Amino acid sequence: MALLQVDDLHVSFRTDDGIVEAVRGVSFDIDPGQTLGIVGESGSGKSVATQTIMGLTRGARVSGRALFEGRDLLNMKPEELQQVRGVKIGMIFQDPLSSLHPFYKVGWQIVEMIRLHETVSKEQARARAIDLLKLVGIPQADRRVDDYPHQFSGGMRQRAMIAMAMALSPALLIADEPTTALDVTVQAQVLQVINRLQREFGTAVVLITHDLGVIADVADEVVVMYGGMVMEQADRMTTFAAYHHPYTEGLLQSLPAYGGERARLRPIAGQPPSPINPSPGCPFAARCPYVMDRCRTEMPPLAAAGTELGHRSACWLPHDRGTREGLRRKVIGQSLPVSAEA
Amino acid sequence: MTTQASSPVSGPARGGDVLLRVEDLVKHFPVKSSQLVHRGPRDYVHAVDGVSLEIRKGETLGLVGETGCGKSTLARCVARLYDITSGRIEFEGIDITRLPASKMRPLRREMQMIFQDPYGSLNPRRRVGSIIGDPFAIHRTASGADRKRRVQHLMELVGLNPEHYNRFPAEFSGGQRQRIGVARALAFSPKLIICDEPVSALDVSIQAQIINLLADLQSELGLTYIFIAHDLSVVRHVSDRVAVMYLGKITEQAPVEQMWAHPRHPYTDALLSAVPVPDPASLDRRERIILVGDVPSPINPPSGCRFHPRCPKAQQKCVDEVPEFIPRLGDEAAHLTACHFPVADGEDISKARPAISADLRVVESSIPEGSLTGISGGDGP
Repeated sequence: MALLQVDDLHVSFRTDDGIVEAVRGVSFDIDPGQTLGIVGESGSGKSVATQTIMGLTRGARVSGRALFEGRDLLNMKPEELQQVRGVKIGMIFQDPLSSLHPFYKVGWQIVEMIRLHETVSKEQARARAIDLLKLVGIPQADRRVDDYPHQFSGGMRQRAMIAMAMALSPALLIADEPTTALDVTVQAQVLQVINRLQREFGTAVVLITHDLGVIADVADEVVVMYGGMVMEQADRMTTFAAYHHPYTEGLLQSLPAYGGERARLRPIAGQPPSPINPSPGCPFAARCPYVMDRCRTEMPPLAAAGTELGHRSACWLPHDRGTREGLRRKVIGQSLPVSAEA
Repeated sequence: MTTQASSPVSGPARGGDVLLRVEDLVKHFPVKSSQLVHRGPRDYVHAVDGVSLEIRKGETLGLVGETGCGKSTLARCVARLYDITSGRIEFEGIDITRLPASKMRPLRREMQMIFQDPYGSLNPRRRVGSIIGDPFAIHRTASGADRKRRVQHLMELVGLNPEHYNRFPAEFSGGQRQRIGVARALAFSPKLIICDEPVSALDVSIQAQIINLLADLQSELGLTYIFIAHDLSVVRHVSDRVAVMYLGKITEQAPVEQMWAHPRHPYTDALLSAVPVPDPASLDRRERIILVGDVPSPINPPSGCRFHPRCPKAQQKCVDEVPEFIPRLGDEAAHLTACHFPVADGEDISKARPAISADLRVVESSIPEGSLTGISGGDGP
């Protein structure tokens, strides 16, 4: 059984400009020990979806289900949710400074976290805090445990956050852009730590990022989001080598090729859609080089695509691999509109 | 890394006369002391500590390094936004190091900057037309209808709709705002544009639009770029030559293909190997070099080679002697490396261990693999 199963999640916010439909029918699930990567650009709804699952979007209109170990997180009372959040589901955010209290020592914050949920002595909790800091690679952990957050560097703070998120051995870790603010060398350290924790504790990880490189590095399964919807879902290799959806293609084409020659980049033309009064059709239709009339009026279902098990794509293009590939050669062969304005 | 003989530098052989020359540039910032009565010598942040560079007309020099390595400070010194501590900056053969503001002003038209944050660098209460027209107003070169015509021409040049002249910045998306920043920088047909993380805040699809725009403008207008970015795949894409900075010094500098094919400095090697590339197959094959610890404080930088506390190849010589910045291992003259023990082609340093005493290097506490279960609490798995 899936550890977390999200079904048809909708999230909307009332604003002065109208109703913002941030998440429009998102479904995914994750098994114990698995890493699910959710990738998408700003405004794709990837963060709102996971924050809603954790009960962190106040004032939002929410519908759908999010079953964690068989219980619906969206219907839980606040007290019940508190016994799950931080205990069974750990969280890491992009900016660790805003998640660590500046007034308290790093070690004290971990100790309190442990003692709030478990009956252990202060000494035991402190010893565990030191072990956790060691585990995430903080130098001289037995001394740094008494430092304040501002005495830590950015990478160390992020690692302290991971230590805190892992303090109660959660079954699931939700990491929202955990390495975006970090340098590549530190990013490599942090990803290595998450990977090791996962191997040894069997923690499942939901990793939310805009960085396709990070996804390629650590995700088992990849969900590509756009305009509040899931565009494509597949395993890691399929996502990068045998994708179906034109948006996934656009994202990959936009990147400077790592080994290739310095050809012109192929950006996705135009701008992302507004989340207010979205069109009934596919949200990517306005920027899609393959667009057909049907795309503008009717949203395609997320349906099986290609030959890989579990590969699904929300697109009207033929789902048969050969036909899709033929189309790709035809469209990419032409020059795409570059630096065009919507 | 590939070891096959590399063809002559691929891509267009850009680069003519020297446009900008930087010699032994030093920029130290005094540290504010919290003591009421100051005792002892004052501390300084050694942001840039002896950097020499040449940039030729029409080329793009990529500048990379981790946060705090001094790359942005270097760029701001070059643009004379900061007064430098010592050294010399020449622009088109003129020494601009101590040029007074009045003499500097005409030169400023020829040296422009584009910043990372398109939101932060545009005044939200002013119309886009007047923001882009600022340079004309400040330098009193165009006014009225003439100014409007020139601004609209610039908007067209960067792919903005000239009819949006009267809109406010908030009505534009992130990518379009960066285009506004580019248009403003182009007002006086500058010779040099310093791009400080120009695409870091943008989504990948929009990032590609801006990179293409900068490339088009370069070939149309013959621009020279200093391109600062932390995204190494972007730097590789745009640059003719790349300089790697670490703690205020340039550790390696080379034509871009040379740098990727034969990284000589262990820091460059680590940096390149740390980039997650969007290609699962090649990631799985690659040996990754994970550096320990963080960049040390620039207030008291380490002796000798500044990278020695984190370097997997460090030896006693690295602690004692500052390495010369010269071609190593038979590299061409344009490929310079400041390292006593450069990385040979095909050498794998991911398993290398430093040969210096532990108190000289960054050491992480660690727990052996497989022994973590003792840490987990009562109801751990």
